[in-house]
Amino acid sequence: MDAPQTGRSVRRKEGRAKLTGQALYVDDVAPAGVLHGVTVRSPIARGVVTGIHFDPAIDWDEFTIVTAADIPGVNRVKLIVDDQPYLASDVVNHAEEPVVLVAHADRARAEDARRRIRIDVDPRPPVFTIDEALAKREVIWGEDNVFKRYRVSKGDVERALGLAAIVVEGEYETGAQEQLYIEPNGMLAVADPEHGITVWGSMQCPYYIHAALARLFAVPEERVRVVQMETGGGFGGKEEYPSMLAGHAALLAWKSKRPVKMIYGRAEDMVATTKRHPSRTRHRTAIDREGRLLAMDIDFVIDGGAYCTLSPVVLSRGTIHAAGPYSCPNVRVSARAVATSVPPHGAFRGFGAPQSIFALERQMDRVAAAAGLSPEEFRRRNFIRPGETLAVGQTIKEPVNMPALLDRALAMSSYRAKRERFTRENGRGGPARKGIGFATFMHGAGFTGSGEVHLRSIVSVDVSREGNVRVLAASTEIGQGTNTIFSQIAADALGIDPDDIEIVRPDTSEVPNSGPTVASRTCMVVGKLVETAALSIRHTLVDSGYLGAVYDREHFFAACERYVDAFGRLRASSQYEPPSGLTWDDEQYVGDAYGTYAWAAYVAEVTVDLTTWTTRVDDFVAVQEVGRVINPTLAAGQIEGGVAQGIGWALYEDVVWREGRMLNAQMTNYIMPASMDLPDIRVYFEEVPYPNGPGGAKGIGELPMDGAAPAIVNAVAQATGANLTRLPLTPERLMAAMEMSVA
Amino acid sequence: MARLLDVLRQQAGLTGTKEGCGEGECGACAVRIDGELVNSCLVPAAHAANASIQTIEGVAARGDLHVVQEAFLEHGGAQCGICTPGMVLAAVDLLERFPHPTEAQVRAALAGNLCRCTGYMRIFESVLEAARRISASRL
Ligand code: FES
Ligand code: FES
Repeated sequence: MDAPQTGRSVRRKEGRAKLTGQALYVDDVAPAGVLHGVTVRSPIARGVVTGIHFDPAIDWDEFTIVTAADIPGVNRVKLIVDDQPYLASDVVNHAEEPVVLVAHADRARAEDARRRIRIDVDPRPPVFTIDEALAKREVIWGEDNVFKRYRVSKGDVERALGLAAIVVEGEYETGAQEQLYIEPNGMLAVADPEHGITVWGSMQCPYYIHAALARLFAVPEERVRVVQMETGGGFGGKEEYPSMLAGHAALLAWKSKRPVKMIYGRAEDMVATTKRHPSRTRHRTAIDREGRLLAMDIDFVIDGGAYCTLSPVVLSRGTIHAAGPYSCPNVRVSARAVATSVPPHGAFRGFGAPQSIFALERQMDRVAAAAGLSPEEFRRRNFIRPGETLAVGQTIKEPVNMPALLDRALAMSSYRAKRERFTRENGRGGPARKGIGFATFMHGAGFTGSGEVHLRSIVSVDVSREGNVRVLAASTEIGQGTNTIFSQIAADALGIDPDDIEIVRPDTSEVPNSGPTVASRTCMVVGKLVETAALSIRHTLVDSGYLGAVYDREHFFAACERYVDAFGRLRASSQYEPPSGLTWDDEQYVGDAYGTYAWAAYVAEVTVDLTTWTTRVDDFVAVQEVGRVINPTLAAGQIEGGVAQGIGWALYEDVVWREGRMLNAQMTNYIMPASMDLPDIRVYFEEVPYPNGPGGAKGIGELPMDGAAPAIVNAVAQATGANLTRLPLTPERLMAAMEMSVA
Repeated sequence: MARLLDVLRQQAGLTGTKEGCGEGECGACAVRIDGELVNSCLVPAAHAANASIQTIEGVAARGDLHVVQEAFLEHGGAQCGICTPGMVLAAVDLLERFPHPTEAQVRAALAGNLCRCTGYMRIFESVLEAARRISASRL
């Protein structure tokens, strides 16, 4: 057999189709007789619906119109708490909440009709900020506006704070971030009582939609089929919202008995779908005279918007990452996700961790200064080492070496020399100030705690008589490389080429539920299932005697043919089994929060212009340990893309709110990084095989979102000397912070 | 007034040209009209009457990938692929005008094409590699 396929930059499996324009996204298909669906939304943030008014100037018989009253089953999007309606009826809880759906064969007529429907709402007082939500003057959700609370507790924080030589306090805030996948959300549906419901669309999690539609229509799950089309970016933004949109398209299809397509325009996608949760974090950190951490007291709050959606799990990941890769005997994290009257925030790459890590890594730089230590020396004295325990009580069993990662990142970026030089040169004055800063962090791979055990994911591999090897999984290709890495992993297990492997398009009528495509779990968790199922095919062939222990491709295909002739079919499945020795207590929030972590040190170099208050990132170094790398080109592409999103979140991407709606819902005035805005992003992988991952791999997708913002803001802090605590660090915010520092 | 983008996608069935914003910001809808790179979401179809229009479907000649497409495939220039058709056309356009671009020129030429997935690094690499291959093939 040839050299392993994992570890090589095998070309993207569907790359040719994408490069030639042949790849089909949902808006690229238009079945005969298709209608175009549009959504009429709440005009204000909160109130009681008093009426729906249809402009008598047009003939409404031409249109299919759906309201909450048309829903055959349960008017709740199935997720965690099931509080969000598909269509609001008596009350609205956020601006842009869907109330009426309209469809017409002519897209322009549908759009015109949308504008001719008026939702009358009697206003109720809205809640727009974390502080207002916590003040509870207006209770908009449950008893106290809190979706979820967690408390992590290790040692005795109060006592340690009382005895400490130095205590540093800090408060940090991060803003909402728009997903801005370049393909907006879209769905196509056919549905009728006789044939059931089928949807095709842009999505990350086919089986979430599958379960949601069964409930919406009160039909058995066998009557629902969900098919993923090529998906133009996800980042978490196509984790939960597609259940809503699939429901809408299917409701219109059910009523009209015609195929219905709903494709959001950019502005609608920006105002109505999920964004990254805004956050506020407060720290009190105690250290001893040697600069060792004694206590970390962390209060972490995220703004979940009007419905619960995924806020509890976003909060969970943010909570577990809040104390970072440090060893500290006394830690308390008290965490809350609160309700406000804005469209629900949701999953977005990093899933709560970027927010709490931003706060922590800013705080660590400030604590270092208070201790009279350099940022790197302070980290070095406190990094977690094998055998020590994280805040949640997880003992580190893997050979993590944070000092080595940091050293490499500092060396690659010439950090020390530059730090000194910038300090010297900034002292001379002038409008351009330079800074260099870093962040050190970790990111747990896979679902939190017992999540993977509950999911019980399954992958199948089957082989036809002709030797067509197919991997069947519900894990979606959203640009991150699922198709390619699965074929590499299966090829290695079977001793054949990645080109010999077909990755079946996720279609719930054909593929088993391998779980959602989220949480950096696809490579590590589902990839492992692919490996196991493929190995079991190989063992079946060897055990049957048709295949020798040592063989080449031709032998493999000959053996498949003989096996299928003899036994009729060749198929193997594999189901998730937790690695041994992991325990997790959901009540106390202690134990092995994740099977493993990726570890990283990122360095950013910036120039700040004190006349325009703009910040430019001049260089970026990303060093990480993510187990073994399956495909270096794809993996580096993940890191670079995540860092770019992190740079956007840190400096440019500012959601401007007015009365609970996004004002700047256009690419013209919501600014994401373009080709001229980014520095060279230099990526280095330290490879330490992880025994429970396929070919030694861990998760990778979310990690790069965590480190860019704190590294950049730490660099700007060096450049300006200002105390910077809020993201995004727009010119206005930087100017204000500088004026505060001077005053 | 029909947009060129809609005529291409809905009437001509050329769905390789994508719509990312509909307002001239993202470049996913980029095509070339008589050799000039434009955002087809901003062009009234009537303006393109009798002109020669090149879309992504016309970049690979008779099934052979263009060097730019080859380079994107090898260097990881495409991830989710939605920005890719516009990106490829912008790159082809650049290399026809400037066969030996610097990285700064590549960055400037692609400034109107937004990509949320890649962070652009591998796109720059792909375009520079395509330029190298074009000059090598001319030696
Ligand atoms: S769709 Fe034309 S520029 Fe974005
Ligand atoms: S590859 Fe996804 S937007 Fe560029």
